[in-house]
Amino acid sequence: MRPAVEGWFTTGDEPALVGSQCRSCGHVAFPKETVFCKNPACAGDEFDDVELSRRGRVWSYTDAQYQPPAPYVPRTDPYEPFAIAAVELPEGLVVVGQVADGFGTADISVGTEVELVVEPLDEELLIWRWRPL
Amino acid sequence: MRPVTIAGVGMHPWGKWGRPFVEYGVHAARAALADAGIDWTDVDLVVGGETVRGGYAGYVAGSTFAQALGWNGARVATSYAACATGAQALDTARSRILAGMADVALVVGADTTPKGFLAPNAGERWDDPDWLRFRLVGMTNPAYFALYARRRIDLYGATPEDFAAVKVKNARHGLANPNARYRKEVSVDDVLGSAVVADPLHLLDICATSDGGAAVVLVSDRFAKERGLTDGVKVRAISTVTPTFPQTVLDMPYLSTESSSVVPAGDATFKESLARAAYEEAGISPEDVDVAEVYDLSTALEQDWIEDLGLCARGEAEQLLRAGDTTIGGRIPVNPSGGLACFGEAVPAQALAQVCELTWQLRGQAEGRQVEGARVGITANQGLFGHGSSVIVSR
Ligand SMILES: [Zn+2]
Repeated sequence: MRPAVEGWFTTGDEPALVGSQCRSCGHVAFPKETVFCKNPACAGDEFDDVELSRRGRVWSYTDAQYQPPAPYVPRTDPYEPFAIAAVELPEGLVVVGQVADGFGTADISVGTEVELVVEPLDEELLIWRWRPL
Repeated sequence: MRPVTIAGVGMHPWGKWGRPFVEYGVHAARAALADAGIDWTDVDLVVGGETVRGGYAGYVAGSTFAQALGWNGARVATSYAACATGAQALDTARSRILAGMADVALVVGADTTPKGFLAPNAGERWDDPDWLRFRLVGMTNPAYFALYARRRIDLYGATPEDFAAVKVKNARHGLANPNARYRKEVSVDDVLGSAVVADPLHLLDICATSDGGAAVVLVSDRFAKERGLTDGVKVRAISTVTPTFPQTVLDMPYLSTESSSVVPAGDATFKESLARAAYEEAGISPEDVDVAEVYDLSTALEQDWIEDLGLCARGEAEQLLRAGDTTIGGRIPVNPSGGLACFGEAVPAQALAQVCELTWQLRGQAEGRQVEGARVGITANQGLFGHGSSVIVSR
């Protein structure tokens, strides 16, 4: 199995999202910046990969009780709802992901601490998810 | 900014008619011209809102409407700004009039929408955020609305009953609106009894997609004097500002925000800044506003907008709602048209429909839903890709 998008996150025991850091101003971005720094006061165009913190706090959360339209690919037939969390990381940005398998909206509130895990998206691809702590 | 006169407004009723969008646009355009008492042959600028699919500009619009009305030699322009398309089209018309380059501008937006969730265009696009959000996470538009709604609950003590009360209010407002698609009373139990789409939002908390068309005719001072149109409703401000870096509020269709690690977040969110720019341009403040038409893609979003427009402090919109302040007859009626709750969204027409409603309100012509004595109105909306608008009109 391989990451759904190459280079967006690491796998293994302590997986992490991989962002970019601007060599000129230090701005961190996820997904990675590859062309121009988004800081309007910076003309930087060179970036280093940087692993983002694995833990953050829930900014908000919801679930998908109806099957989302394509290109979403349902994992089961019939469809089973899943939870979604938007998580604020210490780097000062919010990243959305599904909530880890086995957890739902009842397990989180705004402010809940969560940790990044990597789980199957389908039979071939891996995806990051947020697991409540 | 010098005000510009709205000579006429018109709409094609919202619905699920399944006909080509051009028909709705032409119907609305003819209604607006008739309202203004101006002949199509007098129009020297047509600005069309681009008709879109799932956030993507799709169909030529300015010239499409001009041709459908019969070529008259007018100049054309086409605008794309997602949900703010109509406002940006209006701004283009206003700019050319203020520059002395046009006398009579017809602004038209119309749409025919597909069924169900708005989904991205077909094909694999691993570099397109609007495609990736569905493929990687299954983030639908209602999921974003639900994230905002949940924050109101967890941070400000809002309840699903409050959100349902917004729907009840807007359904009542729209009952007598001939252009509304849904004209039926709804109860709190109806909303809470409808299926949960994305927790905490129910099916009846979320607006549908609709077919519809709206048009506005703007005229120069010279033309207004010549035709005795000078006492019409005036456009006082059109704000279409983009966000400022870092954009730290999660926004469709993205899976992340910009980081505030190097540059701290500013003192206004994007939606707040849309309103601030409008107030500044009009030289007025929120206390001067009598009526607001805001983009209630969800019931809870109406509550967010009330705060974004400065009509109350952050976290206090439920107090306004519960006191009846946002109902017609209350302190600051919101969505007297019935809003998206009664219309459903017809993207390129919607921002113009907001202006049509405020024009009728300020003229005292909003039969069955009139905000008595309204003299100043404000609109607000936000769409994909950093687009949004706020328009202020006054008598
Ligand atoms: Zn930089």
